[in-house]
Amino acid sequence: MKAVITVIGRDQIGIVAKVSQRLAALKVNITDISQTLMDGNFTMMLMGEWQDSESNFEAIKKELNDLGNETGLDIHTQRQELFDAIQKL
Amino acid sequence: METKQILETIQMVSEEKLDIRTITMGISLFDCIDSDGEKARQKIYDKLTKSARDLVKVANQIESEYGIPIVNKRLSVTPIAMIAAACHDENYVAYAQTMEKAAEALGVDLIGGFSALVQKGYQAGDRKLIASIPQALSETKRVCGSVNVGSTRAGINMDAVKQMGGVVKELAAIDPVSCMSLVIFANAVEDNPFMAGAFHGVGEADKVINVGISGPGVVKRALEKVRGESIDIVSETIKKTAFKVTRMGQFVGNVAAERLKVPFGIVDLSLAPTPSQGDSVAEILEEIGLESVGAPGTTAALALLNDAVKKGGVMACEHVGGLSGAFIPVSEDSGMIKAVEHSNLNLEKLEAMTAVCSVGLDMIAVPGATPAETISGMIADEAAIGVINNKTTAVRVIPATGKKVGERIDFGGLFGYAPIMPVNTNSPAKMINRGGRIPAPIHSFKN
Repeated sequence: MKAVITVIGRDQIGIVAKVSQRLAALKVNITDISQTLMDGNFTMMLMGEWQDSESNFEAIKKELNDLGNETGLDIHTQRQELFDAIQKL
Repeated sequence: METKQILETIQMVSEEKLDIRTITMGISLFDCIDSDGEKARQKIYDKLTKSARDLVKVANQIESEYGIPIVNKRLSVTPIAMIAAACHDENYVAYAQTMEKAAEALGVDLIGGFSALVQKGYQAGDRKLIASIPQALSETKRVCGSVNVGSTRAGINMDAVKQMGGVVKELAAIDPVSCMSLVIFANAVEDNPFMAGAFHGVGEADKVINVGISGPGVVKRALEKVRGESIDIVSETIKKTAFKVTRMGQFVGNVAAERLKVPFGIVDLSLAPTPSQGDSVAEILEEIGLESVGAPGTTAALALLNDAVKKGGVMACEHVGGLSGAFIPVSEDSGMIKAVEHSNLNLEKLEAMTAVCSVGLDMIAVPGATPAETISGMIADEAAIGVINNKTTAVRVIPATGKKVGERIDFGGLFGYAPIMPVNTNSPAKMINRGGRIPAPIHSFKN
């Protein structure tokens, strides 16, 4: 399954490391990544992909939510198709 | 995909309150008809609980996976007046209780279809159903009812108009808040997913999934970026925004239909406000350039909005249906409430607005002492606007028993409150008491 993971919050040391470490532990492969500062906010977007036999959506979403709570970041995990539906003809 | 597009989508949901307002499963009850009322109700309960077993579960899954809120999960059924007509019961309250029990077991928010279609006349079941409405709707929490009293092809059934004025008053005498669950229509549509007026039409498939979208906040935000530009730009901006919102509705409906193994019916392209700040149709009209909704120009702004929403949405999805337009319920829209409280918006202007919006006089509180004939007069006026202009109109009016103009009626929790609006006190009683039928309008010589 593929999902778009967005990480938004106050810039701090080690965000990329923490998120990617957690994703590796969850057996999520990062297929695309972009990061920028918007209005002083750290904004990162990841495209994650995993085998449904190895991980499941709910568990990944929960783990990332927990990570967000620990680090004071807003982490959204959403399946990719929604973005395609809204933004692409 | 571009970062900007992803962020825009997330912002639409988290800040601009974009959501799927409802996934409504329509279920036909024709195969539940039985001359024994008890047996019919058992069949209804069994069919509802079996057909919609996974509705709430699937909606919650979609919400979690795609990160898009699905606010309501609902059912609509074949008008009960048709289903119950074969039985010998004297009133149909037990049918409403069965609907309530099924809805409760399934965890759905509302169930619509305690309804009768009497635009041209009554069949035996219609009379009993309408007489059962006050008790049925006041004794249930989730059941919604509607009565269609007119259509462009049939004219307006003034006997029904008269009767419904009385029914509204009777219901209000038991509990004014229950009046939220009753709509009186002209040109009712068969695939409407929104409450309180949803029912599963006779021409529909056995089961169907209909989706109602929302998103006044998204439209308002988009318009904030084009302040001072010409009206053409306003219209284009609304169209583009409606397109995106509708794409989401189409997508969610498809996923839901696939997972529930039920055919996908329609997307209802409606801007449905809620009382929370930033989720208001009135604020869109004000963003277009009105000091307050109700100002001269309001009807034109609403007409533009309603039409642009449809134009933008039509291309975005396979099938459009339901009511599709902008809703203007007073108590469910913080901007409307504010305008009424500051005397900037009155009933007469609202009535004019209903000629160009998607439905009608919706969620309007009137003084408790308003006579039944006056309410019938309001119903007749709305029905006439719908019948002559070939559009759906409706009345959902709440006589606030024991209260006067200046006071307000609270609906509790998320439903907000409504300021009580003054009604013209001249009586239409003699006209209403004539009864009979207003003939269907002529379709040429349109002036």
